Amino acid sequence: MNALPCTIYISFAGALLALVAGARSAATARVVALIAALTAVAVTVPAAMGFVPGPGLQTLVNHPWIPQLGIRYHLAADGISLTLVVLTGLAAVAGILFSWNIEERAGEFFAYYLALIGGVYGVFLSADAFTLFVFYEIAIVPKYFLIANWGSTRREYGAMKLALYSFVGSAVMLAGLLWAFAAGGGKSFGLAELAQAATHFSRFEQIGMFALVFTGFAVLAGMFPFHTWAPTGHVAAPTAASMLLAGVVMKLGAYGCLRVAMPLFPVGLAYWQPYIAGLAIIGIIYAGLVALVQQDFKFVIGYSSVSHMGFVILGLAAANPPAVAGAVLQMFSHGVIAGLLFAVVGRMVYERTHTRQLADLRAMPLHRLMPFAALTFVLAGMASMGMPGFSGFPAELTILIGAWKTQPGWAALGGVGVLVAAAFTLRVIQVSFFGATDKVERVDPNALEPVEVNRLHHDHFDPITWPERVGAMLLIGTSVYIGLKPDALLDWITPALQSPLMQAALRGGTP
Amino acid sequence: MSLPVQYVWLIPLLPLLAAGIGAVTPRGGVKIASAAAIGAMVLGFFLSCGALATALAHPAAHATANFAWFDLGAGTLRLGWVLDPIAAFMLVMVTFVGALIFIFSTGYMHEDERAKQFFCFLSLFASAMLGVVIANSLLLLFICWELVGLASYLLIGFWFHKPEAAAAAKKAFITTRIGDLGLLLGMLWLYDSTGSLLFYDGGHGVLEPTAVANLNAQLVFGGLALSTVIGLLIFCGAVGKSGQFPLHVWLPDAMEGPTPVSALIHAATMVAAGVFLMARVYPLLTPDALKVIAFTGAITALMGALIAVAQNDIKRILAFSTVSQLGYMMLAIGVGSWVAAIFHLLTHAFFKALLFLGAGSVIHAAHHEQDIRSLGGLRGPMKVTFATFAIGMMALAGVPFLFSGFWSKEAILHAAHGWEVSHLPFYMGLTAVVLTAFYMTRLMAETFFGKARTHASEHAHESPASMTIPLVILAVCAVALSLLAWPSPWLQHILDPKAHAEGGGAGLMVLSIVLVAIGIGSGWAIYGRTTREKATSADPLAARVPGVIAFLGARMKFDELYAATVFQLNAALATAADLLDRYVWDAAVRLLAQIGIFAGLVNRETDEDGLNGGFDATSESLRDTGKAYSRAQTGDAHGYLRTVAIGFVLLVLIVMLGGRR
Repeated sequence: MNALPCTIYISFAGALLALVAGARSAATARVVALIAALTAVAVTVPAAMGFVPGPGLQTLVNHPWIPQLGIRYHLAADGISLTLVVLTGLAAVAGILFSWNIEERAGEFFAYYLALIGGVYGVFLSADAFTLFVFYEIAIVPKYFLIANWGSTRREYGAMKLALYSFVGSAVMLAGLLWAFAAGGGKSFGLAELAQAATHFSRFEQIGMFALVFTGFAVLAGMFPFHTWAPTGHVAAPTAASMLLAGVVMKLGAYGCLRVAMPLFPVGLAYWQPYIAGLAIIGIIYAGLVALVQQDFKFVIGYSSVSHMGFVILGLAAANPPAVAGAVLQMFSHGVIAGLLFAVVGRMVYERTHTRQLADLRAMPLHRLMPFAALTFVLAGMASMGMPGFSGFPAELTILIGAWKTQPGWAALGGVGVLVAAAFTLRVIQVSFFGATDKVERVDPNALEPVEVNRLHHDHFDPITWPERVGAMLLIGTSVYIGLKPDALLDWITPALQSPLMQAALRGGTP
Repeated sequence: MSLPVQYVWLIPLLPLLAAGIGAVTPRGGVKIASAAAIGAMVLGFFLSCGALATALAHPAAHATANFAWFDLGAGTLRLGWVLDPIAAFMLVMVTFVGALIFIFSTGYMHEDERAKQFFCFLSLFASAMLGVVIANSLLLLFICWELVGLASYLLIGFWFHKPEAAAAAKKAFITTRIGDLGLLLGMLWLYDSTGSLLFYDGGHGVLEPTAVANLNAQLVFGGLALSTVIGLLIFCGAVGKSGQFPLHVWLPDAMEGPTPVSALIHAATMVAAGVFLMARVYPLLTPDALKVIAFTGAITALMGALIAVAQNDIKRILAFSTVSQLGYMMLAIGVGSWVAAIFHLLTHAFFKALLFLGAGSVIHAAHHEQDIRSLGGLRGPMKVTFATFAIGMMALAGVPFLFSGFWSKEAILHAAHGWEVSHLPFYMGLTAVVLTAFYMTRLMAETFFGKARTHASEHAHESPASMTIPLVILAVCAVALSLLAWPSPWLQHILDPKAHAEGGGAGLMVLSIVLVAIGIGSGWAIYGRTTREKATSADPLAARVPGVIAFLGARMKFDELYAATVFQLNAALATAADLLDRYVWDAAVRLLAQIGIFAGLVNRETDEDGLNGGFDATSESLRDTGKAYSRAQTGDAHGYLRTVAIGFVLLVLIVMLGGRR
């Protein structure tokens, strides 16, 4: 358990080593990166095995950092953090496997990549608002460089938009935190201490601070109407970056909402609850509808991420144990599934066909040319539309059960979102992989049998490589495992909701 | 031999394992995959017989085995299986019909290079369907229900290179999911108000008196009992899956799948799952809910039969006949006789599977010709198919005494006649009896009588033994299942021992025999006596009432109606949302970006050489290599970083000063 902070240090050290190794060769850089990511996972495993679920954050490290401001380097974990740390490890390893073909300045690429991962680990383990903010910023900066340097379609635009949103979001969030810090007497940035101080805040202060902090974080979670960075950012990003973006970075936002905004300002939460739920529901359905008419394969997945993150926000807004537990489960589940979807679209398909336009893909018999990719995408699509047997089902079900407790109408509208998800997922599966066959019926009117012709001379692509296969199987396996045994994570998550801080949030500010 | 409830899960597990074997065998391994699939079903059939023996030993008991799935933090979701006569009969039926259809498929699909996948999907379907049957929890039922839908999607779209098949698969999945949304909401509400989703749980299940009384007592929406609302929400799921009006539109299109799929999934088992579901949750249904169900069923029965009269594709006629028969079953549930519904479900499964496999045999022999106008004269070359198809046709039409369909339909009409609320559904059911006899006679006459009208039907030959043997066995069953009701109403006693045996109804029986005779007679008079000369000859009925036949032939324009309303609306909403996202939100962001760039430029002027030396060094190296960078935008984002950093420092300073005060 106490080794968990090492995940942060290993990632940062790995970033430096990858940079150095990159000077030798791309192959060395990626091996170094993979070893670093695997080491971080290896550190997590015993910690997770020995984890005793319980209410409250279990402190890992606690040192004074800037004593004048009461800022401490305070790392701690509970079942929620642990769930997301496990997700980060998985996503990191899978992302490296899907970046195995990066040749261009691979050292720098993996350095940014691992720095991002380190920042993400840091956010999930922070128990001090300032520490959390610093890690949060560390995670955002490399993202910009990854997209701007290794991205594709309108990468400068995508990167700019993403950076802009992220920084505005952080600035708003920071303003809210500083307000709370100042109003609390400027003694501490510790989450527990801030929450303690916040109990004396006026209703107005609570409402205002909650709005700032929650909105700031929610931008990164892709909450409507602050979501437009997500699709363009995902599309512009290189595969591994979009996997991380959808897989873990969007979770940073949701995690911040849950870890900081909600427990600190329960009165504010109670006030804003219906508005947040409304935005979440709009996001679920609206993004689903937009996904339905996209012509770019990656945009469909980008919008689907916004739609699925809407469920997370809905679960948080419903603010009761099942809903919030479901939201955390959905964070994990979406992290795995979105990573997989982006891997198929960005790595397996785009880097072989060099197009993401559905109209072009439709003309290629991809199911025959890359059956493994087709199978992976079908499975990921099933998971994404909430089929039982995959992790999305228990997650969305739990959110809906919780949402129903708070307000049945929310659950009903969320259910409509599940329907829309089925519609856009089936459309994209059919158009992308199963749109064409290599059989053209009866070209020669005198021939009795159908003549096999090759429509576009795409008779073969490079075969799917082993790193891709392993990455895909890792993610599918995880989704199926959690789909069948959601207890594996919920047994960590639900006790964490019993902590006094979380209870304050879940009671909706009525102590 | 008997199988206790603790082990019933083995029955769905077997085909799941077979599906797994099918999935891992290499491309050519059709033999392995089909052997595994058939073996699993045959073994499952024997286990099911054991389960039936167990259930019949204590017909009134609901033996259960429950367990926790996961904990929500507030409450637990539990799953489980149940073994009672209704589940046991369904198990036997599904495994038996399934095994025969799997065997038939080895013949039907032998030319298909993806046959291995086909058996894998079939096994997956069978597993999920058996899961629906034994579920003792609405949640487990819902899970298997969704997987059944998935398997159905994969199988309808099996020949996805046909655009119609791909579209039909999607349509089936989405349409049934619309219904499933109701089921999901019903489930959420049920869980919220009872804290459980188990059907039977030693007195605490949702179908047991305590919970039902509780749900009946709660009023919502100004006067409706909560159980009515939940019952109707669950019914939405059944409407979707069982092709009831107004969500029936997917079922005829589903015929684009291979014919064994149509037989197994879209006639015998999956589409009947909705009826099974309603029979299962029957204790929850209030008189108000039953009224809705009865009328939905009656409308569906009549509508399906009417449309079937004007179809020309052999499988579409059978598909609409399925819609109509499912309507009968729903009608039976609605008028309070779920036993009659299950009885008809069982008999229908056999004779409709028989008819579909017969149609498959015809299609196979006639080189995939499905239009009955282009067939004809198949009586001679396909003797076995003809004889067995005739038995299926008579069972469906309700030819008296010898055929099982007669008895089960009689039970439904009898129940509808005794319904106190309204006699309208009864008369609708009677009308459908005439129509059923009529369109089936037309189908027989056009397909098997007269002379061969195309090259394909001239050269037709009998199908191989792997296809004809299942036909013969199913034909025997279509007759033998009469024994469930005659000479004694045995099934009635087993399924619902408390209900008094309803005797009499001789007058009703005579009436329906007369109606069947009218239907067959008029069908033969119009289509049988003078058969069609050419495939393109006009339809005698269409010549007399062209408008009506055209309307029915176009399936009462339901698809057009939905295309003009639901799809249009959905497309418009999606486009509107897309435009909003592209232009409105994006414009707002661009505007902000311009402000940001401005701020960045201003900032760069002021602190170019200030605290960001290191940052700029990094950015210089990036700028050199990053080809498509525009200078302004690089400056912008980096400038923005600086803005944030400086702003942050300023804020901290302000706060520090403020904190000291």
